[in-house]
Amino acid sequence: MTLLTATKVKHYFGGLCAVADFNLQLQSGELMGIIGPNGAGKTTIFNLITGVYRASEGSIRLRDVELVGKTPHQITALRVGRTFQNIRLFRDLSVLDNVRIAHYAQVHYSPLEALLHIGRYRREEQRIIDNSHRLLSIFKLEHLAGETAKNLPYGSQRRLEIARALAIDPELLLLDEPAAGMNPNEIDQLMEFIQWIRQEFKLTILLIEHQMKLVMGICERIMVLDFGQTLSEGPPTVIQNDPKVLEAYLGEGSIG
Amino acid sequence: MSEGIIYWLQQTLNALQLGSIYALIALGYTMVYGILTMINFAHGDVFMVGAFFCFLAAVYLGLPFVPTLLLTMLGAALVGVMIERLAYKPLRNAPRVSAIITALGVGIFLENFTLALAPYPKNIPALLANATWNMGGVSISSLQIIIILLSLGLMFVLDYVVYRTPVGIAMRAISWDKTYVPLMGVPLDLIISVTFAIGAGLAGAAGTMYGLAYPVIDPYMGIMVGWKAFISAVVGGIGNIRGAMIGAFILGGVEIMVAAFFPSTYRDFVAFTLLMLLIVIRPYGILGQPRTQKV
Repeated sequence: MTLLTATKVKHYFGGLCAVADFNLQLQSGELMGIIGPNGAGKTTIFNLITGVYRASEGSIRLRDVELVGKTPHQITALRVGRTFQNIRLFRDLSVLDNVRIAHYAQVHYSPLEALLHIGRYRREEQRIIDNSHRLLSIFKLEHLAGETAKNLPYGSQRRLEIARALAIDPELLLLDEPAAGMNPNEIDQLMEFIQWIRQEFKLTILLIEHQMKLVMGICERIMVLDFGQTLSEGPPTVIQNDPKVLEAYLGEGSIG
Repeated sequence: MSEGIIYWLQQTLNALQLGSIYALIALGYTMVYGILTMINFAHGDVFMVGAFFCFLAAVYLGLPFVPTLLLTMLGAALVGVMIERLAYKPLRNAPRVSAIITALGVGIFLENFTLALAPYPKNIPALLANATWNMGGVSISSLQIIIILLSLGLMFVLDYVVYRTPVGIAMRAISWDKTYVPLMGVPLDLIISVTFAIGAGLAGAAGTMYGLAYPVIDPYMGIMVGWKAFISAVVGGIGNIRGAMIGAFILGGVEIMVAAFFPSTYRDFVAFTLLMLLIVIRPYGILGQPRTQKV
């Protein structure tokens, strides 16, 4: 079943065409990678899907729901979670609060109940706090729950960002360069980890990555972007041998 | 007790009363700054409008204290939300100076709108039977106790909301990063409205209590009190809830103590000099921290 469908999506920043003609059909449960040189429009596509930008033209659908025109918090409430290329934690909040806040869309109590601490408020708040602790222990961050996010080492911040994205209870998870700044050993662990959360949380994953080892290692399908255009699309083995892709990455004339 | 100690205790009590009112107003400045990095210069006038709501509820509706207070807070909260929606929201991505000019304009509008409806100063009736007790030479009025306890109570509730509840977490997150908070499922506009509602509601409570303590109200009463509350917020570290409370009690204390030991005309001059010194020593305020953001 198709979870995400993008049709003829175009996006301009002023006169600059960042995304020229983006088409995608992402199947439920699939793990797909988007690669391409810097400035190819990869992160812009994530921003279009999550509503940070509104697509200039075209349609993006989650199942039957049109996402173009919806606000980011509405799209998040439809169970789309994401991480960011540059870590975007709430630096002054505690590790626990960073995860708690991502449950916001799941809150179903009235302001009155919240004010008086009755009814659903207590039950839901308890569930949210329990779930936050559960996610933190999965990501080996439980002992840091009370720590301010900005004090965490880089690797832990990366893990916290994924934990926070999972707190949204996503069906579709968008990972923006999850392996940025990691060494080969850490990348191996990350690959296993992505596979594991995919199973555990029943996720459909779309990821942007420059680390070929990770993309080729775990993605079932890869899309190559350049200058907002789709250069190539297919399974890793096809992409690896596509001359157009090599040219875009290594420069014209580099393949003899 | 010796006369000196009694005098000190008496003045401390007065300082707490004044400080509580400043604190309730300062919280509105600091909350709005925290979430939008904008100074809501109309906030002192929301306090004034609150005092007039109190007058309307007490005189025209003839309500007793508690309903008057609640109605005033509700009315002020609505005014706060309307100001944000009509005047500030359209300018959210405009240069900061546009928002500041608009805020000043909204303040002048509120003053003159109120002036048009109420050209003469009004008198707020005594809503509370004012008993005065003498505790070893220190005279304590029931009004003072109510003002101090009610303000502290409201501040505790606010502190709880901001530091413990999901809405509070969202507010603090927005103060850090507006673009990415909605991606956690948080409705940005709603949280901003809630922030304005709480800030203005507290200013409404301050208007009621100020009106009870100093019963003559006029459309310009919010200007000086507003400035002082604003300065309290800055001294405490603008954007920081607890800092605003500390700053307000410091300002209240300094003002009362200066008036107690010097001619009362020295009051604002000495108080503001001290506050400026404090700012020079701690430019980000007592609890404020410099904000650096990685790009």
